[in-house]
Amino acid sequence: MERGTPHFMKSKKDVQPGTLALMVLKTLDVLGPLHGYGIARRIEQISGDMLFVNQGTLYPVLLRLEQEGAVESDWGPSENNRRARFYQLTRAGRKLLETEKRDWEQTAAIIARFFEVKAEDLA
Amino acid sequence: MRLLRRLLSRIWNSAASRRGDERLREEMEQHVALQTEENIRTGMPAIEARRRALIKLGAIEAIREDYHAEEGLPIVEAPIQDCRIALRVLRRSPGFSTIAVITLGLAIGANGVVFSVLNALVLQPLRLPEAQDLFMIQRGQAPSQSYPDYVELRDRNQSFDALISYEMDPAGLDANGSTSPIWLYEASGNYFDALGIRPYLGRFFRGSDEHGPNSAPYLVLSYAYWQSHFHGDPDVVGRGVELNKYPYTILGVAPPRFRGTELFYSPDLWVPIVDDQQVEGYSGLTSRSERGLWVVGHLKQGISPAQARADLGSVAAYLSRTYPKDDAGIQFSLARPGLVGDMLGGPVRMFMSALMLLTGLILLAACANLGSLFAARAADRSKEVAVRLALGSSRLRILRQLLTEATFLSLIGGSLGLIGAVALLRLLSNWRPIPNIPINLPVNPDGRTYWVALLLSIASGLLFGIVPIRQVLRADPWQNIKLGKSGDAGKRRLTGRDLLVSLQIAICAVLVTSALVGVRGLIRSLHSNFGFLPEHTLQVSTDLDMAGYSGAGVSVMQRRMLNAVEAIPGVSAAGYANRIPLNLGWSNSDVYSDSTTSYDPSHIALSAMDYSVSPGYFRAAGTSLLSGRSFTWHDDGKAVRVAVVNEEFARRLFGSASKALGAYFKIWGGTRVEVVGVAENGKYMSLAESPQPAMFLPILQAPSSTTDIIVRSNRDPGDLAPAIDRVLRGLDAGLPFTIDTWQKELDTALFAPRAATAALGVLGVLGALLALTGIFGISAYSVSRRLRELGIRIALGATQRQVLSAALGRIFRLLLLGSLAGLGLGVAASRLLSFIVYQATPRDPAVLGGFVAIMVALGIIAAWVPAHRALSADILLLLREE
Repeated sequence: MERGTPHFMKSKKDVQPGTLALMVLKTLDVLGPLHGYGIARRIEQISGDMLFVNQGTLYPVLLRLEQEGAVESDWGPSENNRRARFYQLTRAGRKLLETEKRDWEQTAAIIARFFEVKAEDLA
Repeated sequence: MRLLRRLLSRIWNSAASRRGDERLREEMEQHVALQTEENIRTGMPAIEARRRALIKLGAIEAIREDYHAEEGLPIVEAPIQDCRIALRVLRRSPGFSTIAVITLGLAIGANGVVFSVLNALVLQPLRLPEAQDLFMIQRGQAPSQSYPDYVELRDRNQSFDALISYEMDPAGLDANGSTSPIWLYEASGNYFDALGIRPYLGRFFRGSDEHGPNSAPYLVLSYAYWQSHFHGDPDVVGRGVELNKYPYTILGVAPPRFRGTELFYSPDLWVPIVDDQQVEGYSGLTSRSERGLWVVGHLKQGISPAQARADLGSVAAYLSRTYPKDDAGIQFSLARPGLVGDMLGGPVRMFMSALMLLTGLILLAACANLGSLFAARAADRSKEVAVRLALGSSRLRILRQLLTEATFLSLIGGSLGLIGAVALLRLLSNWRPIPNIPINLPVNPDGRTYWVALLLSIASGLLFGIVPIRQVLRADPWQNIKLGKSGDAGKRRLTGRDLLVSLQIAICAVLVTSALVGVRGLIRSLHSNFGFLPEHTLQVSTDLDMAGYSGAGVSVMQRRMLNAVEAIPGVSAAGYANRIPLNLGWSNSDVYSDSTTSYDPSHIALSAMDYSVSPGYFRAAGTSLLSGRSFTWHDDGKAVRVAVVNEEFARRLFGSASKALGAYFKIWGGTRVEVVGVAENGKYMSLAESPQPAMFLPILQAPSSTTDIIVRSNRDPGDLAPAIDRVLRGLDAGLPFTIDTWQKELDTALFAPRAATAALGVLGVLGALLALTGIFGISAYSVSRRLRELGIRIALGATQRQVLSAALGRIFRLLLLGSLAGLGLGVAASRLLSFIVYQATPRDPAVLGGFVAIMVALGIIAAWVPAHRALSADILLLLREE
């Protein structure tokens, strides 16, 4: 560890870039409008301890998705009776999720095939 | 599509400066609150719950930077944001900012001025079409050529498109009934065509206008003269005027920016050189030994200077073969035009380069100065840096911030400096150092100056901003926050900061030494023996051919003028000459020994300055005769040829002054002259010259229409001028003349050393100021860092001396080290100055003493306040502060 650098700074990139956005989109697709904390909880729950996310990194991703028009957001009352920003999937977001999902499945399938291949199969 | 939308949204955000900062803050706050509640539900104590929630959220600063990066256009916005922070930080420490801005302003301003002058005089002197392949052809290393040689050069060379020749002369112009003295160029007919200049109005004279002596009574006005004396009247073209009482026609007006082919001299008008006889009263155009012309030309396309030299070499060989009497062994060389070839160009280029070097050093010293202050500040800000690092800001970001602050400062300083520089350059450009002669330095800044100032500003900002880089890179946030200080205070023997301070002091010492040498040299040259006494004298200058006198009429009129002036009450002596030592312009003649019968260049015994003087001249000028007699009115054309020579002449030709008396020598191809007197040595061309041989001939035997009357009086010369003016106008109302004190005329000779000394003096003061602020900054910082320690020492009973040596001893050692190094360098640099400054030598007790005194004084002044503070350190107060 380098001197004096807090350890959490190193794990920032543990989630592959792009995957986090996909997780966010899917979460919103399944659960409907949700605030940042809700999304983070959900991702954490589903991934269990396997994924360590700096929850804060969610917000730049949300902002980017919003700028791309995949989600829209508005203030709303949260469960502790405070104001929270709720995010909701748009039509474009749904379409984006579909294509991203297809891409991801394709990529995953290709990768999976690579791992299934044994030496004799290629002979 | 997505990308485009994102880009548009960012541009919108950026333009509307809609900051999501508030939104993000609120979202994250809410996030932490919810997570904390969740944690509490799992049974954590409240404080721990919040701590865990914060950890889980991650580094806030980093998130925020990512967020902003998403939000706007970081390439554009980050610098702006940096600048905003920089402004805030700098406003919080006005003392530092002010010092930095002033220091940089002075340093960059000085560089702007010197660069601008360098640019105007050396880098791109003549602003003419295709000036880069314009060259002056010199005879050996001297600029002057004879007209017949010019014609041969023009017609025989293969490497120049066209060769022009020209010379400066005064004349009298009568456009409206009264004659006023003007300065002009006599120029060859092809002058304007060869230079590629188009007339502003009317037409220029051309080669086809020349048909032998006095055949082209045309003149071309300069734009400035046309504006000032003809009020820009377009009808002047074709108007008749009188030049030296001869009828001339105004052909046209030159364009505004064209001021001829020499930088310092802006002529009022141009006349064809074939009119030489009418302009000067006699014509030297037919004589191969009368060398007063300058020859310039454009190289042909594709011809290199080396090829041109070879070509000129064959012309020289031809001339040497064909005219051995005048041109035996002649050689030509090329020089950049604009500064009378290498005559002025050599010293000017040398001096300006040296000056640029010194000014560059000033900037370097300023950067070293600010760098050490900046590093000290960065050390004091280590806590801030540590907090920002801990919050997840990147080191790069912090460095960028520091560099932005530094560049910001230097840009402000640079702009202020440039404003000052431009004002100063305007003044310089409008300044006429020599009375009655249109000589000035056109050094107005151009685009290059602004670019250089901008580049220097940015470079110096980066240079001194980079000094604390290691501190930042090595900063350990945890250590810094815990200790509250960075840990490097004065532990190592010689830190980088110490080196910076020594470097700065060394540079300043070089500047102070140079300045002292320059000032000392000027004082010496002012007190050196000129060979005449300029105090209490006036010079009345005129040229009788301006008023139409010629032949025998000239000497008659000269004698009438002299008698009239001598009759004025208060005049103790008067005499006249064709030219005066140390005025602008001189002439020298080849001298042969009496035994010589062959007068080609290989038999020349020496080359002597020559002056034609009237009886009474030596008494009026205050030139003492060591032996023999001065001239009388009987030394005229019918009498035997005589001369008074100076000591140097006597020593070189005859061995000693006593052997010279009654001996003979020959001039002008065989004229035999007897030495009747020996005068003291003097200065003739410049103050820095080594002793020159000189001879004085009776003006009745060597007549001249150029007349400079020296009037010595026991009254204030200023009172005498109106009387002289009245008397001379009474003799001839149409005679143009000027009256000035000799002291004022000496400004010509003193111009170069004065300008050099002024420049050096300013640099010296700047250097001293920088040393002062540098030493002050670093000692104040050192004392403040160690105040607690010093307080404890005082409380434990340390004496004043011990406290001072603890607080400032190191700085004084640095001062000593830097001064010694600087003195050594300064001594080396002074050699460069000896080209301009008379007897510039650093091995002079006054210079050394002055140097030591100045450096000690600087040290004491700069350390005074910090020392005071160190001595009054009160440990009780300090402890209470903690």
